[in-house]
Amino acid sequence: MTATSVAPVEAPQSGVGTGRGARTAELLQRNGALLVLVLVCLVASLSFDTFATTSNLRNVAVQSSFLALVAFGMTFVILTGGIDLSVGSVYALGGVLVAYGAQYGTVLGLVLPIGACALIGLVQGLVISRGGLPPFIVTLAGLLAVRGLVLLVTDEGAQVRTIPEGPLRTLGRGTLLGLQYSVWIVVIAFLVLAVVLARTGFGQSLYAIGGRGDAARLMGLPVARSTTLVYVLSATLAGTAGALLAARSSSGVPIVGVGVELDAIAAVVIGGTLLTGGAGTLRGTLCGVLLLGVIQNCINLVGSLNSSYQSLVSGAFLVVVVVVQTQLARKQQL
Amino acid sequence: MASTVVRTPPEAAAPARSRFDRQRVTHWLSVNGVYVALLLVLLVDGLFLDRFLSVNNLRTQLVQVVPVLIVALGMALVIGTEGIDLSVGAVMALAAAILPLYLGYGWPIAVLMAMLVGALAGVLNGTLVAVVGVQPIVATLALLVGGRGLALVLADGQAKQILDPGLIGFGSDRVLGIPKTVILAVLLVLLVGFVVRRTTFGRQLLAVGGNPRASRLAGLPVRRTLIGVYVISGVLAAIAGVVITARLNYSDPSSVGTLVELSAITAVVVGGTPLSGGRVRVLGTVAGALLMQLLGATLNQFNVPDSTTRIIQALVILVAVGLQRSGRTT
Repeated sequence: MTATSVAPVEAPQSGVGTGRGARTAELLQRNGALLVLVLVCLVASLSFDTFATTSNLRNVAVQSSFLALVAFGMTFVILTGGIDLSVGSVYALGGVLVAYGAQYGTVLGLVLPIGACALIGLVQGLVISRGGLPPFIVTLAGLLAVRGLVLLVTDEGAQVRTIPEGPLRTLGRGTLLGLQYSVWIVVIAFLVLAVVLARTGFGQSLYAIGGRGDAARLMGLPVARSTTLVYVLSATLAGTAGALLAARSSSGVPIVGVGVELDAIAAVVIGGTLLTGGAGTLRGTLCGVLLLGVIQNCINLVGSLNSSYQSLVSGAFLVVVVVVQTQLARKQQL
Repeated sequence: MASTVVRTPPEAAAPARSRFDRQRVTHWLSVNGVYVALLLVLLVDGLFLDRFLSVNNLRTQLVQVVPVLIVALGMALVIGTEGIDLSVGAVMALAAAILPLYLGYGWPIAVLMAMLVGALAGVLNGTLVAVVGVQPIVATLALLVGGRGLALVLADGQAKQILDPGLIGFGSDRVLGIPKTVILAVLLVLLVGFVVRRTTFGRQLLAVGGNPRASRLAGLPVRRTLIGVYVISGVLAAIAGVVITARLNYSDPSSVGTLVELSAITAVVVGGTPLSGGRVRVLGTVAGALLMQLLGATLNQFNVPDSTTRIIQALVILVAVGLQRSGRTT
């Protein structure tokens, strides 16, 4: 049975709850992040003259693009009720491998990081889906081991390779219609992944797995294969994001990406995806990433505040969001 | 759920005896493997490394493991309730930032204030988890993100030197050759072990972790227990922050306790406490923390590069959890 032949599964988020309150709650939960994003942007453009300028918004887009790719993958993982703590290390691995591969040509510079990261995702996915070990532990071990690989590639962190002039640097710095390539890649990834999630059997099976894993298995869904694929996707996207960052900064730095997994999880949660799995959207995640980016941008614009205020605000914001989300989710179930 | 139970195929019944024995071995290893591994590491150290088992070196290793160990004790309790506390590193930073602000009133007051902040952090985490119903990983993630920021704001973004003789003395003095911080850690281990085994709270904690729904229906104070567990974890993390600050004579909220949550979770898991809750192994956690510390130090002594060390540590985690999984199927 191929993944595409599976009949679409009704996503639990649509159709749960009956009353009007439940429907409003559902609508709010799905679009809450978008709503807040619009509000924050409105307030920001009224408060700062420089916020709503093209160059500033372009900046926000570029700076959010790397986290966006990681968070897309994390959304898929969390939809199945899993978690991927290894993405920060994989992000760093993507960066050092693009610089390593670039020494032997552009093609290898692209194939090496993406291939290696996909392989790491495959190993983790197989251990989780076939070995039956908890995702939290497996990817925690992945976080450690992949950081080890990063150090191995860079001569224990001592060697920072630069990417030679060529197509790879253009990929990192070049623009199309005024937007950086990395932003375009995020746009394409978003469109493709959103279609995969909403319109393919694989995407729909993820909602079923996250909603009720054993029920999905009894229905004959390829649970193990879908679960494995999700971790492959997450690692590939994280590696790609790291490679793009390295291409932008022209070198593969081994110490990047510490804590990226937490930012990605925060963005996914802000976007309305339930950590228990089974409900969530890619659109929400994109809004979550942009919200974190806009908050950071606003604090930069204030100027007198340092970066510690940024984490303080993001943390406080996260508390408010999860409290509201939890209440909304509970209302839907009533 | 009955329908999900996988039945053993009939052909597996023939070599039942050897299979049974192997499962018993796996089960025994899943419980005691961490002690075996710890003994093995010590044995290798004794045989191949000249000065590793000297009093001086062991003392250094113990002093270094103390903060992680103290945090891991709280983490073990939280994991026993099927939760997780990612905020411990941020709480350590908060404690480190609070200390210099109140040292003017004497070090006992400053330490109490740091512990109070840890308790408040625990109340926040516990309320989000128990009352609001947020997933523990998200609830404590918020404080992980925001807590260090708050610590840096409190400390004005600066590291401060600690001049208080009382605190410095606690960080570096020894009693009968044993550092005071190690004695504190031993006392805390005994205390947490006592709480888990001999108190009603400990029993309730395990019940809540094993089956929250049944505990609620049985009339156990589920919310109070959960909040209590996160408060204990917060206070222990704050104590760990005080210990590190006292040892270094330096309050540095930007670096204290970064990624300690991962080391603590590792120690707990390697020590045999399952993430699924309902069981806490206090001594196992101690052994887990010691094992990871000594393994790292030993590999370092053998000139194994950092990269390989991390990969080996990852394998240790996987093997430990894999053993627990196969041990459980008996």
